[in-house]
Amino acid sequence: MNIVVCIKQVPATTEVKMNKETNTIIREGVESIINPFDMYAVEESLRIREKLGGKVTVISMGPQAVCDSLKETIGLGADDTVLLSDRAFAGADSLATSYTLSMGIKKIGDFDLIICGKQATDGDTAQVGPSLAEKLGIPHTTYVRRIEEIKDGYIRCQRLTEDGYEVVEMPLPAMITVVKEINEPRLPSIKGMMRAKKAVVNIWSADDINADKNLCGLKGSPTQVVKTFVPVHDVQSEMIEGTSEEQAQKLADKLLNMQFMTCK
Amino acid sequence: MDYFLTEEQQMIKELAAKIADEKIAPIAIEYDEQGKFPHEIIKILADSDLCGVYIAEEYGGLGGGVFEMSLVVEQLSRACGGISLAFAGTGLGTFPIILFGNEEQKKKYLPDIASGKKLAAFGLTEANAGSDAAGIQTTAVLAGDEYVLNGTKQWITNGGEADVYTVVACTNRSKGARGFSAFIVEKDTPGFTFGKKENKMGIRASCTRELVFDNCRIPRENLLSKEGMGFIVAMKTLDRTRPGVAAQALGIAQGAFEEAVKYSKQRVQFGQPISSFQAIQHMMADMAIQIEASRALVYQTCKFIDSGAKNFSKESAMAKVMASDTAMKVTTDAIQVMGGYGYMKEYPIEKKMRDAKITQIYEGTNQIQRNVIALELIKELAGK
Ligand SMILES: Cc1cc2nc3c(=O)[nH]c(=O)nc-3n(C[C@H](O)[C@H](O)[C@H](O)COP(=O)(O)OP(=O)(O)OC[C@H]3O[C@@H](n4cnc5c(N)ncnc54)[C@H](O)[C@@H]3O)c2cc1C
Repeated sequence: MNIVVCIKQVPATTEVKMNKETNTIIREGVESIINPFDMYAVEESLRIREKLGGKVTVISMGPQAVCDSLKETIGLGADDTVLLSDRAFAGADSLATSYTLSMGIKKIGDFDLIICGKQATDGDTAQVGPSLAEKLGIPHTTYVRRIEEIKDGYIRCQRLTEDGYEVVEMPLPAMITVVKEINEPRLPSIKGMMRAKKAVVNIWSADDINADKNLCGLKGSPTQVVKTFVPVHDVQSEMIEGTSEEQAQKLADKLLNMQFMTCK
Repeated sequence: MDYFLTEEQQMIKELAAKIADEKIAPIAIEYDEQGKFPHEIIKILADSDLCGVYIAEEYGGLGGGVFEMSLVVEQLSRACGGISLAFAGTGLGTFPIILFGNEEQKKKYLPDIASGKKLAAFGLTEANAGSDAAGIQTTAVLAGDEYVLNGTKQWITNGGEADVYTVVACTNRSKGARGFSAFIVEKDTPGFTFGKKENKMGIRASCTRELVFDNCRIPRENLLSKEGMGFIVAMKTLDRTRPGVAAQALGIAQGAFEEAVKYSKQRVQFGQPISSFQAIQHMMADMAIQIEASRALVYQTCKFIDSGAKNFSKESAMAKVMASDTAMKVTTDAIQVMGGYGYMKEYPIEKKMRDAKITQIYEGTNQIQRNVIALELIKELAGK
């Protein structure tokens, strides 16, 4: 079973800071980590490989610094890593990113399953996985919380929904995105970390993957960020005093006044 | 302070720290309260290759020495001095094989210990032989191709949980300590059972038990080194593992220190954080001084041992005394910084004080260590 895992490097903080002029995320001075949801994708791929054999290739698109994150996955047990890196890829939205990744994965070639995290913690779109599957013309399902069965040409998994889960069967090759309920990611091993130190990440340019530069990066991105802003949390609070009964009465009056509720 | 660790040592330290913070710290209080043995943590240590840091590569380890072992113990002990002992106690049980085992013995036992599949333990102490280890009564009698063991070892760390036991017994009583021999005994050998589990003040996630030998027959090839070498096996082993106890103490002290500093910034009295009071600041400065001085001595002793030094009883004893006395002082002061909250079980600090105490007692009490140091000093003087 050959598995490709897509990972993204994201800022370690949950408080993303924006550059107001360029409308892009400020990445300087913030530690980079592998998108936490992608760690579940990596873990699941390793578990499948441990059961069925095969190869795990981890791929990412981004600047050279992403090599560190890719090497980290070697420390966890990944067999091979690919970084798609080219000036032409800069400024990509989810459409251009999924196109670029799809071209990279075509070059990797022989794969049975692609696993992505459900979404990235910086952009939060959850679009790249499904869009990538469409570009490759393979079936996909999202929010997988458990793989019930996987074998040659077949996968059956549980897809988390708001009020339960669905069981989805697909032929392989296919793409799934996973949620954190699926597993508990392992820590690296010392031998893995040493392998990672010595490992060489394959770095492919737009030409290496035969990508149409018009479909990559900023050029290939129809998404336009018109404006970004930090939501203002302007909370005014008022303490209501008195006995419980008085407090309840005063609160009810206020809510009625504000027309949050009506009195029948 | 930068101790110029090698790249590999740095990796080992960081990974052990990660395991301590992410996996051990959240469960430390529960395991302490229930006296639970940390099987899950052993599995994590095994998967991360840390179980074999001090074992040669040819036997599946990472090829490090006492330093690497101590780095792991220190980091794990920051989160829990009891849980870290499953690892450190295995080191104590394994060093006799590393130092005195023959090729077959090493091939048979070390790979499974390096991979974390098996734990080890070391049995020397008996009810009437603590500091005076020469007073042990357990006997081993050669009968054909087997040795027959009889006697009871007391307070053995990892007792019942370990698979491999290195045990010291008398093979010739008339020769005193020169009539002792060391053996490898496997769990589940007929005639080998475990006595009561001790209910302890601290390191409660560590299992301390009796080893009971009742006509326990072990193959002759389980003798370590030669007959009569048992006392030397024990003493040379302890010289090498005492920095491990020192590292345990150091980790406990460091953990308590970190907790106290964090708390001092949050706790407000008289309208200001208590960290703004000079009395608190000086306590913290003293803690930091003692911890760093201990660390410097422990690390340097480890490096000295790993460099291939022949005699390091004195240095090893110094490191153990210094770090364990520091741990006792620092954990006590950490509670003082935290006041009544430090005394409560909701915070992991009172546990650290309970855990620290043992490091002044086992692997030779600090009084015995001072005897060792003084004896070496006198020898050195006589040699001049
Ligand atoms: C939790 C725990 C785990 C242990 N794990 C192991 C293990 O895995 N394997 C193992 O073999 N043993 C183990 N031990 C035993 C430990 O090493 C002994 O407890 C220790 O060596 C001290 O012996 P003792 O307790 O009998 O004290 P004693 O020897 O009775 O000492 C009592 C007091 O007298 C002092 N004293 C004794 N002799 C002298 C002297 N000559 N000069 C000055 N002062 C002296 C001591 O310093 C101490 O203060 C463990 C003990 C504990 C409590």
